[in-house]
Amino acid sequence: MTAAVPGRQADAAGGLPVGGAMRVMGSETEYGIHAPSAPGANATMMSARVIQAYAQVTRQRAAGGAETRWDYTDEEPLHDARGWTLERASADPEQLTDQPPVLDAEAIALAYGRQELEADGGDEAGTLLMNMVLGNGARLYVDHAHPEYSSPEVTNPRAAVTWDAAGDLVALAAVRRLAADPELPPINLYKNNTDNKSVSYGSHENYLMPRSVPFGDIVRGLTPFFVTRQIICGAGRVGLGQDSARPGYQISQRADFFETEVGLETTIRRPIINTRDEPHATADKYRRLHVIIGDANLSQASNFLKFGTTAMVLSLIEAGLAPRIEIHEPVAALQAVSHDTSLTATLRLGDGRRVTALDLQWIYFEAASKHAQDTGVADAVDGDGHTHEVLERWSATLSELGGDRAAAATSVEWLAKLSLLEGYRQRDGLAWDNARLGLVDLQWADIRPEKGLYYRLLARDRMQRIVDDAAIGRAVTEPPSDTRAYFRGRCVSRFGADLAGASWDSVIFDVPGRGRLQRVPTREPLRGTEALTGPLFARHREAGPFLAELLGLSPGS
Amino acid sequence: MAGQEQHQPQSRDTEIDEDVPAAPPAPADAQASAATQGVDDLLDEIDGVLESNAEEFVRAFVQKGGQ
Repeated sequence: MTAAVPGRQADAAGGLPVGGAMRVMGSETEYGIHAPSAPGANATMMSARVIQAYAQVTRQRAAGGAETRWDYTDEEPLHDARGWTLERASADPEQLTDQPPVLDAEAIALAYGRQELEADGGDEAGTLLMNMVLGNGARLYVDHAHPEYSSPEVTNPRAAVTWDAAGDLVALAAVRRLAADPELPPINLYKNNTDNKSVSYGSHENYLMPRSVPFGDIVRGLTPFFVTRQIICGAGRVGLGQDSARPGYQISQRADFFETEVGLETTIRRPIINTRDEPHATADKYRRLHVIIGDANLSQASNFLKFGTTAMVLSLIEAGLAPRIEIHEPVAALQAVSHDTSLTATLRLGDGRRVTALDLQWIYFEAASKHAQDTGVADAVDGDGHTHEVLERWSATLSELGGDRAAAATSVEWLAKLSLLEGYRQRDGLAWDNARLGLVDLQWADIRPEKGLYYRLLARDRMQRIVDDAAIGRAVTEPPSDTRAYFRGRCVSRFGADLAGASWDSVIFDVPGRGRLQRVPTREPLRGTEALTGPLFARHREAGPFLAELLGLSPGS
Repeated sequence: MAGQEQHQPQSRDTEIDEDVPAAPPAPADAQASAATQGVDDLLDEIDGVLESNAEEFVRAFVQKGGQ
């Protein structure tokens, strides 16, 4: 027996104003993990400790547990957006993300010894908690060898920044908890994307799109944009090449790790356009565009533009209005742009023209601006409330990058980091291969405000804020009000003890006295909102009556 | 941002409003000197925050692969 979450039927555009920066979106952050006092520690085990530590934090917040387990039923990592499914046998093991990465007692005892298991504390089934759904609607779990926070679904770039930054506070709470435990080595988490020793880990974005948009249009429309958007949202990196063999500084953390134009993989042969087709929603209506090329951003302004401008370019593509530009050899161009901090290098287009990355961004800006004004969403008063700000910041940032780099350094992350590094280079006469500059790069991304250099600049108002600290703090425990994440998060906070699991598109109840599990599908991302389900939560403090009314609302259930 | 809400989005040919509050006008030399002082203060603060053995710390930061 199942019931759909009540709400109006969303149209193919998702029910949000079309043409601008609003759309269902979300972020994923894999944190770099390091225990300086235990350099040989197993990364997966350390990541599990992070999840475990946060579970302890949420249990303190709410008796009964404000988290629940992940439900893997609808994961489809081998579905390709181009229309086929990869044979399981030919997939790389790291692509099989639909299997719970459970460390069972036996495997842990074998690998690390019985004592380590006892120190970590398994649950009654002898397994470590590797995967949680949080009261803010997010997912916190062990992905490969990193802790990952996947934000709840939001509808606009400002909320994307808010709930992404909330993830950094979730990670911080876990780090604090571990630091307070005298039995365990302290663990540092870094919001970056490479160890500068040939390994990269991702920061992904997700955007909901109508399935009717041909995938080829997405590839053609997005590739030139993705090759160049790093100049506004790259996080900056000391070192050139995957293993930083060549000294220098580049715009993007990720660019050197991309090897192909289009593909299904995310851990090997990384593609500029990723084709993973797991909509986590009604599959014949939506696709979830999985973007793997971005850098993790601490700068709120860079993060805001990353989500806002990409959402607007997708609106252009959906309207058939994307600039008709083809970049010659996009992978090489991606790296050439990243390696050119002067922003003067030119890229060769398919028609033989040569343009700079800034030129290309202006071309996309002009097209996006015109479309948004034609559809009315860009109006400062009567628009959608978000697109206007994206356009303002996009044009201001491009102007600054072209003429006033000192001003841009208060918002553009790679420039902010570069100006700090240049300060060190000038004061101490350091060459780019000096370890101190590598440390500045690494410690830029330490999520602890007292250690993280981004946070030191923020404290001195050298970085712009898009969202105030109070809003980010609220987003640690509160879900967004205008997506299904509201229903998921509220169920977790209110009825955590009565949930058997949850995922992006389901919440599973295990209510005492009911014979079996009740799976509530949430396949429409814009249903389950506060407007639609808030009164239901207000009426019920107990899961049984809540579920009874919810199920009763659905005819035929 | 509140001051910007009434403007239409600008194209590249129009003047750009800064998001940062305008500082009171000051002679160029004084501004440059204040900026240098600000950077020096910042670097001094960060000197005290940076992990102590840069070379060892950076070398030990080894990650396993991710997405």
